[in-house]
Amino acid sequence: MPDFRAETEDGIRLIVWDVPGRSLNVMGLAGLAELEALIDAALADPAVTGIVLTSAKADFAGGMDLAVLAGMQAQGAAGIFEGLMRMHALLRRIERAGMDPKTRKGGKPVVAALPGTAAGIGLELALACHRIIAADAPQARIGLPEIKVGLFPGAGGTTRLSRKLGAMAAAPVLLEGKMLRPVEARDLGVIDEVVAPEALLARAKDWVRGATDADLVKPWDAKGWRMPGGAPYTPEGFMTFVGASAMVNGRTQGLYPAARALLSAVYEGALVPFDTALKIEARHFTSVLTDPTAGAMIRTLFLNKEAQEKGAARPRAEPDRKVARLGVIGAGMMGAGIARVAAEAGIAVALLDATPEAAGRGRAGIAAALEAEVARGRLAADRRDATLAAIAAGADHAALAGCDLVIEAVFEDPAIKAEVLARAAAAAPGAVIATNTSTLPVTSLAAATGRPGDFVGIHFFSPVDRMALVEVIRGQGTGDRAVATALDFVRQLRKTPVVVNDARFFYANRCIIPYVNEGIRLLAEGAGAALVENAAKALGMPLGPLQLTDETSIDLGLKIATATRAALGDAYPDQAVEAVLVWLAEQGRLGRKAGAGFYDYDARGRRTGLWPGLAARFPGPGPGVAAAKERLLLIQVLEAIRAREAGVLTDPAAGDVAAILGWGFAPWSGGPFSWVDRVGAAAALDRARRLEAACGPRFAPPALLAGMAARGATFYPPAAA
Amino acid sequence: MPEAFIYDALRSPRGRGRPDGSLHEVTAVRLSALMLDAMLARNGLPGDAVEDVIWGNVTQVGEQGGCLARTAVLASGLSEAVPGLSVNRFCASGLEAVNLAAAQVRGGAGEGFIAGGVEMMSRVPMGSDGAAVAVDPAVTFRHPFVPQGIAADLIATLHGFARDDVDAFAVESQARAARAWAEGRFARSIVPVTDVNGLPILARDEHLRPGTDMQALGALAPAFRELGETMPGFDAVALMRYPQLERIAHVHHAGNSSGIVDGAAAVLVGSAAFGARHGLTPRARIVATARVGSEPTIMLTGPVPATERVLAAAGMQVSDIDLFEVNEAFAAVVLRFLQAFGVDPARVNPNGGAIALGHPLGATGAMLIGTLLDEMERTGRATGLVTLCVASGMGAATIIERV
Repeated sequence: MPDFRAETEDGIRLIVWDVPGRSLNVMGLAGLAELEALIDAALADPAVTGIVLTSAKADFAGGMDLAVLAGMQAQGAAGIFEGLMRMHALLRRIERAGMDPKTRKGGKPVVAALPGTAAGIGLELALACHRIIAADAPQARIGLPEIKVGLFPGAGGTTRLSRKLGAMAAAPVLLEGKMLRPVEARDLGVIDEVVAPEALLARAKDWVRGATDADLVKPWDAKGWRMPGGAPYTPEGFMTFVGASAMVNGRTQGLYPAARALLSAVYEGALVPFDTALKIEARHFTSVLTDPTAGAMIRTLFLNKEAQEKGAARPRAEPDRKVARLGVIGAGMMGAGIARVAAEAGIAVALLDATPEAAGRGRAGIAAALEAEVARGRLAADRRDATLAAIAAGADHAALAGCDLVIEAVFEDPAIKAEVLARAAAAAPGAVIATNTSTLPVTSLAAATGRPGDFVGIHFFSPVDRMALVEVIRGQGTGDRAVATALDFVRQLRKTPVVVNDARFFYANRCIIPYVNEGIRLLAEGAGAALVENAAKALGMPLGPLQLTDETSIDLGLKIATATRAALGDAYPDQAVEAVLVWLAEQGRLGRKAGAGFYDYDARGRRTGLWPGLAARFPGPGPGVAAAKERLLLIQVLEAIRAREAGVLTDPAAGDVAAILGWGFAPWSGGPFSWVDRVGAAAALDRARRLEAACGPRFAPPALLAGMAARGATFYPPAAA
Repeated sequence: MPEAFIYDALRSPRGRGRPDGSLHEVTAVRLSALMLDAMLARNGLPGDAVEDVIWGNVTQVGEQGGCLARTAVLASGLSEAVPGLSVNRFCASGLEAVNLAAAQVRGGAGEGFIAGGVEMMSRVPMGSDGAAVAVDPAVTFRHPFVPQGIAADLIATLHGFARDDVDAFAVESQARAARAWAEGRFARSIVPVTDVNGLPILARDEHLRPGTDMQALGALAPAFRELGETMPGFDAVALMRYPQLERIAHVHHAGNSSGIVDGAAAVLVGSAAFGARHGLTPRARIVATARVGSEPTIMLTGPVPATERVLAAAGMQVSDIDLFEVNEAFAAVVLRFLQAFGVDPARVNPNGGAIALGHPLGATGAMLIGTLLDEMERTGRATGLVTLCVASGMGAATIIERV
């Protein structure tokens, strides 16, 4: 069955995109060839007066079939470039639509009629048409999200949109990958018109009938065209382009080849005629596709993230375990956060705490947070009402009866948790029981429930509503039903789960703690607080270790240090870190919540700058920026490898997804395991050994890495690397 | 190897670089030709006496485009047999013209040159010739570009110059320049600008603000904070290069930065044989020249390595130099020079600098040669050094010695 079909009504050729067996259209090689043939036939057919390009599905299209990209990558630079130029030729044929090249008359109007979402190639194809009309569908999003997976729009979208809107106005769509509602897309000028869904095709045909020769000439094909907002070397455009370079480079820390290539395509393209600009776009897109960054980002942030969400680690035999009714015990920040996201996903929630008042405070906090979203125009009032209506707050454990899943999120004290879990297991006999602990081994809590097989860890990150990752922890006795329930629940929340085995700090926290500690060590060694934070940013980390410590609080850091010392005894390796934390805590500098930590804060709680006391206490000279970056990077990578070696992770792909989603590990790398593959296990081993020699055993390379280096092995199969 | 000597140096007064500036009505070609004609007249030279005119000029578009040097020759009393070469090393263009002339004399590629430069900043705005270094991602992602003011603020932050330090430097520049004019110290160099009828247009530098004090400067807001911290946020890319800093302290403003002015200058450079042939007495010998590339984001740190290099080329120590002219592009540039070499501030820019007098980009280097030479003669000093910071991370320097 073909991806496109054609029908003719009143002389107007409808080309309908309807990829069989998929809920969303994606562009593949076969589809492209079909489209090409249909366009050529319509342009050649004298009985056809115009073309409407639309979709039979709820949405127009989701983008390029990633298999096509992978196929292109395999062809090398020359093959990629050639493929892109073929694509450009087709889109250009649509754009010129058979018009006389000199007089620009006699072309056939081509309208893109978008019933819903148009992303990536879906929008790039539409941008080549003469008019873009979108249905005002509530879920529809229009945009070019390529940059988020390390690519940029390479089928003319970069060149067309920057010329249509100007470099500045196109920036949110091209550089940030912002997805717009149809009305927003129209207001920005990305598309031309928004109509009621039922009027879409009629309006498209009307436009075809009324179109004049002049309507078919794109601004950039008209005589005397100038780039909106100014080309680079015009008085109005110069500062825009100067600013664009600084802004993009500063925000990306120069780590993302796609951002630079996109900007180069826009800049160089703005200096030449349209067809030359397309060629330049193709050259830069080729360079990005052949860079390992794009491949690693696509693999982790698209393919493997989706695989985790679709249940890559889900016990296959388990039937659907969707949660209709959820119990949450503990209405503090985490419990309330979990209750909120569950209610937002349409799950009925019983939110319990020790007293009805405490539970009520938790619910009131949710109400206030939702209200703030409504006030900012980000949430509809009826959605707020529905969410709140789904949450029943109280102290009576009878409310847990009938729950499919009960999650405890009470104070991190084994005795308290044990008591709470026992009561929950008794009150909800059929339910899977879960703990949201972040520090206690799940297996150690299981016995309290009396049915370890039904017990699982579901570790949310804070703030719950914003963090996409959830760790599902399989304790020693955890059964498949519990794991499947946890995974299905996380999927209902539209978050990304990874399944990990039970071990101290699980996976994400296990890796982030050494990162934070290394930053504090660097500070104590006199590297300078600003340098520590800037070195982390230069690696692509979203937060420097000192800021991160302030956010999570110094006393939590101390608590972890104390617990670790208790667990490790004489082997405790982090005295240097603990000394800094103790010193801060003694002065009441407990982090952001105290209005003082590594940073100073103003009365409104905003960071005003690093505390000058740090420079006085830890004078330099200390390690330089290169050493700081190396240590901050390797300390995380090595811990991730240790987690893999210890069986906490059963799959490096899950480890990469969790690293980027859970603690923001350098997204450009595709994750710690992708990073090792990229530099090679032997090089990673060598770098670890150098650090071990210079800094001590915390950098000692795991045997897994040494073995891989000896064998020349990779974490991912070489073909997919 | 023949020695290169300076036989004369002259300059126009500097007009305010705005439409209400006195030189705004004068073309770049005419002001250049006035300098060339004055050079011939003061030294009794025939029109074909020199091998070439090497003319520094930064913004080479419009009336300053199309090889202004050749156009100026054709508009002057020089023979059409003298060609003309426009050169652009940004702020050091005028000095580079002198250095190129010296190099050709020493290398035997000609005996006499007029070297100098011009910039009509009120007529051909700075930056109007474009600059890929600031916009082309192929360069900006390798070497982040920030505006010069932010680069100057970065120097101040790195080397510990506070707002009061840079303002105090500017106050002193104004005081020294005012004293120099009051005592007629620029008299030998200044060529008054006249119209086609010989009527006067401008005879004095007009950018000075005598009596400027700390209070007046303290009232000025930092000029580059918004660009740096907010939109588009240049500080972030500067810190990528200087990660030891948490932030940049923005301390520069119009009052402690060089003035935008119109002006031109010329230096007569030749061999001993050239002087003998035309009956001229050399005023100074060009001892050594240097040019360097430096880190391009901070951009304006060239004077220190350029000075080290020119001293090495001359086989001299910094203590061998009696007087210095260090272009006052921004106060922090000169403060950094003083800090790096520990020289007595009284011997650096004794007659003020570009903060008070203005900085006609393509001409300044040649002007500084003349200003230095006049002061060496006035005070009986033997050696002098000129250096300038240069956009995109460059620097240039020249050592001269009275003969």
